[in-house]
Amino acid sequence: MSPAALDTNVAVEIHDLTVAYDRKPVLWDVDLSIPSGVLCAVIGPNGAGKSTLIKAALGLLSVLSGRVWFFGEELNAVRRRLGYVPQRESVDWDFPVSVRDVVMMGRAGVTGVFGRSRPKDVEVVEQSLRQVGLSEFGDRQIGQLSGGQQQRVFLARALAQEADLYFMDEPFAGVDASTERAIVDVLKALRERGKTVVAVHHDLQTVPEYFDHAVLLNTRLIASGPVNEVFTRENLQRTYGPRLTVLEEAGEAMARAREARPS
Amino acid sequence: MSADRQNDADACMWDELISLLSMKDATTRTVMLGVGSLGVACGIVGCLTVLRRRALMADAVAHAALPGVCVSYLLLGERELGALLLGAMIFGLIASGLIAAMRGRTTVKDDAIIAVVIGVSFAVGIVLLKSIQNTPGGNKSGLDGFIFGKAASMARAEALTVAAVSAALLVLVFSQFKVIRLVTFDPAFAKALGLRVRLIDLLIISMVCVCTVVGLPAVGALMIVALMIIPAVTARSWTDRLSTMLVLAGAVGGIGAVGGTALSASVRTPDGSSLPVGPTIVLTIAAVCIVSLIVSPRRGVLAGWLRQRRARREMMAERVSERARAGPLAVTTAQETNDPGARP
Repeated sequence: MSPAALDTNVAVEIHDLTVAYDRKPVLWDVDLSIPSGVLCAVIGPNGAGKSTLIKAALGLLSVLSGRVWFFGEELNAVRRRLGYVPQRESVDWDFPVSVRDVVMMGRAGVTGVFGRSRPKDVEVVEQSLRQVGLSEFGDRQIGQLSGGQQQRVFLARALAQEADLYFMDEPFAGVDASTERAIVDVLKALRERGKTVVAVHHDLQTVPEYFDHAVLLNTRLIASGPVNEVFTRENLQRTYGPRLTVLEEAGEAMARAREARPS
Repeated sequence: MSADRQNDADACMWDELISLLSMKDATTRTVMLGVGSLGVACGIVGCLTVLRRRALMADAVAHAALPGVCVSYLLLGERELGALLLGAMIFGLIASGLIAAMRGRTTVKDDAIIAVVIGVSFAVGIVLLKSIQNTPGGNKSGLDGFIFGKAASMARAEALTVAAVSAALLVLVFSQFKVIRLVTFDPAFAKALGLRVRLIDLLIISMVCVCTVVGLPAVGALMIVALMIIPAVTARSWTDRLSTMLVLAGAVGGIGAVGGTALSASVRTPDGSSLPVGPTIVLTIAAVCIVSLIVSPRRGVLAGWLRQRRARREMMAERVSERARAGPLAVTTAQETNDPGARP
């Protein structure tokens, strides 16, 4: 084990991660580390292995090779400190379960699935609902919510996990502007409390505004580090190829971010 | 047939139905206990099957039980119920394993795989059954009863076994309620929490196997899956909570099975024989299901139609008043009729 892997200030440390579906590699020999206390965007084109990176790190897929440490420890030792927001499409929203019940599932890792929920669990669930602005919707069946609200249910469930490190798979996918704002506020609140968030993100324009750390991925790792160091035109070109529209948009975003932060 | 005789026959049927349902007779009580508890267990297990999208898988498991029964008869050479059911159980699990394996290793789609497994297991079952019937004593094996079921001939020990197994399934499902709900709703999240998703999936499919196996002598391999899925679908249309759904499905399955059995014994076909029990149970539950799907207040067809009609009327009224406000020269544009903020 390398000394870096034992560093508890490193939220995620990945070594030699290779994942393949059938015969095609999705992730090839990825090495990276993400410091704790940052909001980290995982970006890259479709099929670049962004979701796979998160799922492989959480042990949801079998990997060809590679090891992952969280705060210097193996997955099984730190599961309770990890929160997870899957893609919204991954579940059946017609399932007969209420918003509050889903958020309570986040407590399963803390209280265990066998115990009754304690007053503390109820309190955390209500607080999580409040934080994402869904307090009034607790008793609703989850299918009666809009897409943005459903995304916030998943976020509330992750908050109820009271984790130190959150993995989010496209938390901004298909949400309206107000939900996007609400999610960003939650992310910033998490960072203020010293939590780490690793989120798959699609909208290059908002990367410098929402995140302070980035992982650029296209099967291989292109770059990983603070946004102002790695979110460069050259790196984006290596990640996405010479597709002008994407790069232009990103360029504008970078310019805006620089104007907003005169240094 | 004169009107009087028809009336007599009707009265006789009602008397018989009532006497059956009051269960004065010991044989009736035995059969009712057996099919009733079978209905409850099937209804509850069916909910998990439907929600985990394993309804077709359950059908394949049930069909595979038939060759399982035949193979254990051939191995033992006699009709030993425990062994026959063990064979059914093993073959059911093999079928579900086969489906899982083909899913991972071939490019054939899920529904096609399951259809193949259903057809092949049934074919194997019939071939084995025919060869058993051609052996000496094979005719009396009574194995053909496993295809369509013979609830009317249920023995006391058999009924008590079914009741005990149902009670055990009930305890299992309700004691593991939270885990089962979490895994059925969001397996990836459950796995991220460190829960053993495969184990729970195996538990669910095993419960399907157990229901099939205990239901096989009474309802048969072809219809047992209906006894699982229909109560679940019925219950889902009345509630948005899983706990309520489980209780409702159990009730629909149990009451439907008892009612269907009573109906089958009291209604006579023109030639004087009674209706077959298994199909009558299925038809009884199906009738409840169809009514539920139509009239249930939130998810029913009728409610949906009324909702849509009301919404249309409101929109029309709003449009008319908007035009009136805008004056006679207002032109309807695409922007006016398609409110981009409205959700579909």
